[in-house]
Amino acid sequence: MDLNRLQFIAEETIASRKSIRILCCGAASCKSSGSESIVDELKIAIEAQGLQDEVEVCPVGCMKFCGRGPLVEIAPRNLLYENVRPEDAPSIVKALKGEEEATAPMGDYNHPFFALQMPIVLENSGKINPESIDDYIALGGYQQLYRALHEMTPQEVVKEVIVSGLRGRGGGGYPTGLKWATVAKMPNEQKYIVCNADEGDPGAFMDRSVLESDPHRIIEGMAIAGYAVGANHGYIYVRAEYPLAIARLQKAIQQAKRQDLIGTQIFNSLFDFKIEIRVGAGAFVCGEETALIASIEGERGNPRPRPPYPAQSGLWGCPTLINNVETYANIVPIIREGGVWYSNIGTEKSKGTKVFALTGNVNNTGLIEVPMGTTIRQIVEEMGGGVPGNNEIKAVQTGGPSGGCIPTKYFNTPVDYESLKELGTIMGSGGMIVIDEETNMVALARFYMEFCRGETCGKCIPCRTGTVQLYQMLTKILNEEATEADLSKLEHLSHMVKATSLCGLGQTAPNPVLSTLHYFKDEYLQLLKS
Amino acid sequence: MPNTVLKSPSEKANTVDKRLKVLDITIKRNQHRQDALIEILHKAQSSFGYLEEDVLIYIAHELKLPLSQVFGVATFYHLFSLKPSGVHNCVVCLGTACYVKGSSQLLDKLEQETNLHQGETSADGKVSLMTARCIGACGLAPAAVFDGKVCGKQTPESVLAQIKEWLENQ
Repeated sequence: MDLNRLQFIAEETIASRKSIRILCCGAASCKSSGSESIVDELKIAIEAQGLQDEVEVCPVGCMKFCGRGPLVEIAPRNLLYENVRPEDAPSIVKALKGEEEATAPMGDYNHPFFALQMPIVLENSGKINPESIDDYIALGGYQQLYRALHEMTPQEVVKEVIVSGLRGRGGGGYPTGLKWATVAKMPNEQKYIVCNADEGDPGAFMDRSVLESDPHRIIEGMAIAGYAVGANHGYIYVRAEYPLAIARLQKAIQQAKRQDLIGTQIFNSLFDFKIEIRVGAGAFVCGEETALIASIEGERGNPRPRPPYPAQSGLWGCPTLINNVETYANIVPIIREGGVWYSNIGTEKSKGTKVFALTGNVNNTGLIEVPMGTTIRQIVEEMGGGVPGNNEIKAVQTGGPSGGCIPTKYFNTPVDYESLKELGTIMGSGGMIVIDEETNMVALARFYMEFCRGETCGKCIPCRTGTVQLYQMLTKILNEEATEADLSKLEHLSHMVKATSLCGLGQTAPNPVLSTLHYFKDEYLQLLKS
Repeated sequence: MPNTVLKSPSEKANTVDKRLKVLDITIKRNQHRQDALIEILHKAQSSFGYLEEDVLIYIAHELKLPLSQVFGVATFYHLFSLKPSGVHNCVVCLGTACYVKGSSQLLDKLEQETNLHQGETSADGKVSLMTARCIGACGLAPAAVFDGKVCGKQTPESVLAQIKEWLENQ
């Protein structure tokens, strides 16, 4: 494979396309709503109308607006149909000729849900067939890997990532460039790249969508990372609960191998890189990097104390670079447009965009990618369209079991790492769950504690017994058997579990309790024994 | 999620060899590497339906690992099951988005009406009722997975109807 061949594939792919393409969302959510039979029906309708020379159907990745799926777009006319059913297919095809109106409701790309988005991570999502490497190459895919290998030194790649100001999208927000630089300067010969695709936060599905919609982007990002830090072996640790993502990743890796885009002497350089998939087996704690490493090694997903950090001693004791899916997805645009371009997006300390999974009691659910600094109000009220029915919004929960709730009075806060931390929550991997007045916050806190109680690995005592105790105390409050003294015990124990746990799971498990105690204390007080 | 369909006892006797063969091939393909334990357990579960003791002993022997370690890994992860599961499998998602949209009502209704509790298989071995932490289909909340097929926007009635159909049919 060389650059000419890459460009040849791109041109051929574009030239072979028909003048009208009907794009049909094929990500998990729309697939569950029957988008596969829509594709079949559309093909039949095109044949029936004799339009097979001008029109083709293309199953694509996530088209973002999950709440109104399955979605169908007519490219390049920019027409969108929502809530499409298989029986709408004939009328959609007839509408192309202007013969009749389509029976499916029209969508609108000017809707704030789409208009306020800024796709960088998701730029290919919903535009290409995720199972076709040619489609990815047609949009310039793998060219940045070529550029990195032939026009940049590893140090220059690392520098570009440092300049971009990209921070880890898994939730912690550690500067990515710094992490890369640490691994790059380790002397060992053997180093590893790991992609953390163990998206365990309940209510989050960003990584899933990226893997299902644009798997080659992750492969290219990981290969560039491998070159930058001097690693020749990568692992993608992905949840077993995401079978479609696993299948598409496997297919993408095979295609890339066949085209010599991963393997040995990539693009006739001296760089070798191979990627393996490791399927998780259902353990939230495996999102924690040291637990994830143990799991790749075939052991129980128990975390270990840090330091040493994986950057110094990770997989089998070798320096290991672990980043989240979304972090790797940002690498290709950073190399393409330059770190300076990226650093001009977002806020002073949080650069770039962030993908959120907007769900819960909100009218418009789906995937959104917005520049850092967008306010919560814009996301929930404008893009999300508020809560259904006549209910009032109560709060937004971010960061999953490690995060907290933000009440409506703080909705003008811009979304970035620091502002969210000040409000007692975290960015997390990007789940954003809207809660209306019908949800009881104490019950929600108990829901998270039940989760953490079940997910603690049991290695350290504060987490193992603390989460159980907290769960029992919250149950006591919900049963209206607790007194004021119990409330202060609850708070005291929360702080203790936070301060003394070994890994991130225990250190953050009490956050939903503390944040609801802080912002919604009346709900706790109302439940106390009279 | 692996399809955990257990064959009837007579079928089981006939297919044992084939299933063991699948397991052997997987072990060989992974060159008996100890770090491939989780991959091998996945394969064992998908071909045998669950991880019975004999299978765990066999894997421990083949990978030269202490049985305690194999057992420790098999019990640590939620997706591995040491008990046979039903012919049909219903997984109710308990993610936060599903929770705020009422997934616990789905589960309550099922537990009340069918006497089937989460993590259990019906006495006749027809249906297993499981729960998942989050299946990542939050746009469809509340969601349930019936025999591997994700179904969104469920109501207590719709879930119950599916389970009853499975329980009543032969």
